[in-house]
Amino acid sequence: MTWAKKLLRVNLTKGTCTAEPLNMEWARQYLGQRGLATKYFVSEVDPKVDPLSPDNKLIFATGPLTGTMASTGGRYSVITKGPLTGAIACSNSGGYWGAELKMAGWDMVIFEGRSARPVYLNIMNDRAELLDAADLWGKTTWVTEETLKKKHQDPLMRVSSIGRAGETGALFACVVNDLHRAAGRSGVGTVMGSKNLKAISVRGTLGVSGIRDPKAFMAATKAAKKVLHDNAVTGQGLPKFGTQVLMNVINEIGAMPTRNHRDIQFEGAKDISAEAMHAPRKTDGKPNLVTNQACFGCTIACGRISKIDETHFTVVNKPEYWGASGGLEYEAAWALGSANGVNDLEALTYANFICNEDAFDPISFGATVGAVMELYEMGVLTKEQLGIEAPFGSAKALTFFAEQVAKGEGFGKEIGMGSKRLTAKYGHPELSMSVKGQEFPAYDGRGIQGMGLAYATSNRGACHLRGYTVASEVLGIPVKTDPLVTEGKAGLVKAFQDATAAFDSSGLCVFTTFAWTLQDLAPQLAAACEGDWSVENLGVVGERIWNMEREFNNAAGFTEKDDTLPARLLKEPAKTGPAKGLVSGLDKMLPEYYEARGWDAGGRPTPETRARLGL
Amino acid sequence: MQKSLHIDPAKCTGCLQCEMACSYENYGTFTTAKSRIKVFDFHHTGRKVPYTCTQCDEAWCMHACPVEAIKVDKATGAKVVVDDVCVGCKVCTISCPFGTVNYVQDTGKVQKCDLCGGEPACAEACPTGAITYVDADWTGLERMKQWAQKLDNAPKAA
Repeated sequence: MTWAKKLLRVNLTKGTCTAEPLNMEWARQYLGQRGLATKYFVSEVDPKVDPLSPDNKLIFATGPLTGTMASTGGRYSVITKGPLTGAIACSNSGGYWGAELKMAGWDMVIFEGRSARPVYLNIMNDRAELLDAADLWGKTTWVTEETLKKKHQDPLMRVSSIGRAGETGALFACVVNDLHRAAGRSGVGTVMGSKNLKAISVRGTLGVSGIRDPKAFMAATKAAKKVLHDNAVTGQGLPKFGTQVLMNVINEIGAMPTRNHRDIQFEGAKDISAEAMHAPRKTDGKPNLVTNQACFGCTIACGRISKIDETHFTVVNKPEYWGASGGLEYEAAWALGSANGVNDLEALTYANFICNEDAFDPISFGATVGAVMELYEMGVLTKEQLGIEAPFGSAKALTFFAEQVAKGEGFGKEIGMGSKRLTAKYGHPELSMSVKGQEFPAYDGRGIQGMGLAYATSNRGACHLRGYTVASEVLGIPVKTDPLVTEGKAGLVKAFQDATAAFDSSGLCVFTTFAWTLQDLAPQLAAACEGDWSVENLGVVGERIWNMEREFNNAAGFTEKDDTLPARLLKEPAKTGPAKGLVSGLDKMLPEYYEARGWDAGGRPTPETRARLGL
Repeated sequence: MQKSLHIDPAKCTGCLQCEMACSYENYGTFTTAKSRIKVFDFHHTGRKVPYTCTQCDEAWCMHACPVEAIKVDKATGAKVVVDDVCVGCKVCTISCPFGTVNYVQDTGKVQKCDLCGGEPACAEACPTGAITYVDADWTGLERMKQWAQKLDNAPKAA
């Protein structure tokens, strides 16, 4: 067991909350969270639906191990059709909210329709009700959480909400829980805003029970925790440096996209790296980093908690930003920093706070600012249009834009459309560093060839969390492969994508896979849940989920032509570093990938593949 | 040797493994809401502090109880609530200066840390050593050692 075996269906148009039994036959085929919620989604929603119409649905889903003592067992995902991409969207978050929902007795919540006025959902165990959110609309996620805890006189409640970016329609708005944990990508928060749903507050005192074999479960989770503890990345690197441990590494191997991917190495990387976060500042003698922090159940604790220098131009006379809050993770530090050529650590931290406070994705935001700065330097966009001078490297422009997107004001409205729409509007679509409308994260497909293929084929648009071959190509996990070659990358990408889909459906964090493989996940699931959770079957489950997502996208109108990269990566060779002279070899990898997947030349699963996976 | 739970907040990451272990030990479910140890997250400073009963020798709760439902476990020194005797009057929750004995709606009794009979599940589950179970007379030993290490008494070359 460990599924609560119960879902909550909330019809926002009618204002109803209804409990339903979880489809356990589907649970055995799709596990939970990403897989199971996507199964519900594709079964109920027309792939051609307008993402911001009432006919789109929005699912918050936990996995079977969410809320248990398995390390990192606090995850939930938000599943919908993404407005940034028009593809399936699935964004994963940690913090404490997911475990609280599970402990309230729910595996998932399905939202449908659209409320006539702003509302929030309040859940106290089996009681769920929609309440008026007029006083919360226009408020940040930080104010929303504080207000709800006061209103319900419940300091132990957990809150997941959107900020103003989601209300005002920025297409990369996210959902933030516990102040600085986010279901970050693809605009899942924009869909929430379009439904006039401000927040979900949850309190659960029922707990998670029904472990199939408690003794075996405690032994399996303990053994798996030891693997995390003894591993150099999860036991030492991530707790001490966070994901920022990668900044100098990726820069040195020449895979750090810089200034909208014009360059592949950033001269300012050291200034915004993990090491810089640890170093005492010249101004006040204190380091940017205050401490590390864990999400629910996590024995890695990679989270960063930072404080901004009180004398920094971004926060002078703004004491509300002087406290400790969620600091820079690698992807955010890259997108807000390298992608724009900005090397001011305090400015990046401030922009990151703003992204958390008003809930928008720092990756898509930062990457879009990169495109804006390039257009500014080309003379296509002017100071008059932008409201500020915006050359590459301007920390003032970066933080100004962050504030504008947060409030949905000025040129922030245009940045909020994302780089694909913005660059097209100003006549330079080739400058959008995106796939399927979603901006790249922090690895260049020229310097790490496998990542080019992973981006091109990711079901939610460019993304590092759908198949993180960086692990193999850079860190040698589970085996070292050469980042500069295309040979073998099709199979590598497929293997990573399938295994990740299984992890994302379990309730656990994909960061465990720096140390774990399916061999470590399987015994924990098998001890907790009824069904076949062998390594072999988990591989099939992952592959089934991947193909299900792909078929949704195909039906939504995507074709093999969308499995591509911007011309800059395919035609402009890397200028420096080990990858100097290289472009992405996507043309070689993609046909091999389709073949490995069992897809036809149009990127569609063949009847044999569908039959093999039980689709 | 009597032992005490020893808490080092600087090592706490806020993972709540202790809270899950506590609820699992006492209720057989993962229910942080029922944990007898709570982790407080002071998010403006980044500090996280696990907090639970320190097992006072002259325990206020024990002295306040009108039906003598709180007994001393002689082996561990823990003050233990005897469920069959507790009438749920909550006087102990008022008398405890630290707030570490609390009422449970589901059972109609109070609950507090009982040191799990000498093998505290929270300490066992803590991944960072923020919660340890050590010699009651020497809870300061590690901290003394850390400061002792800083003393400049290295042998000097003649």
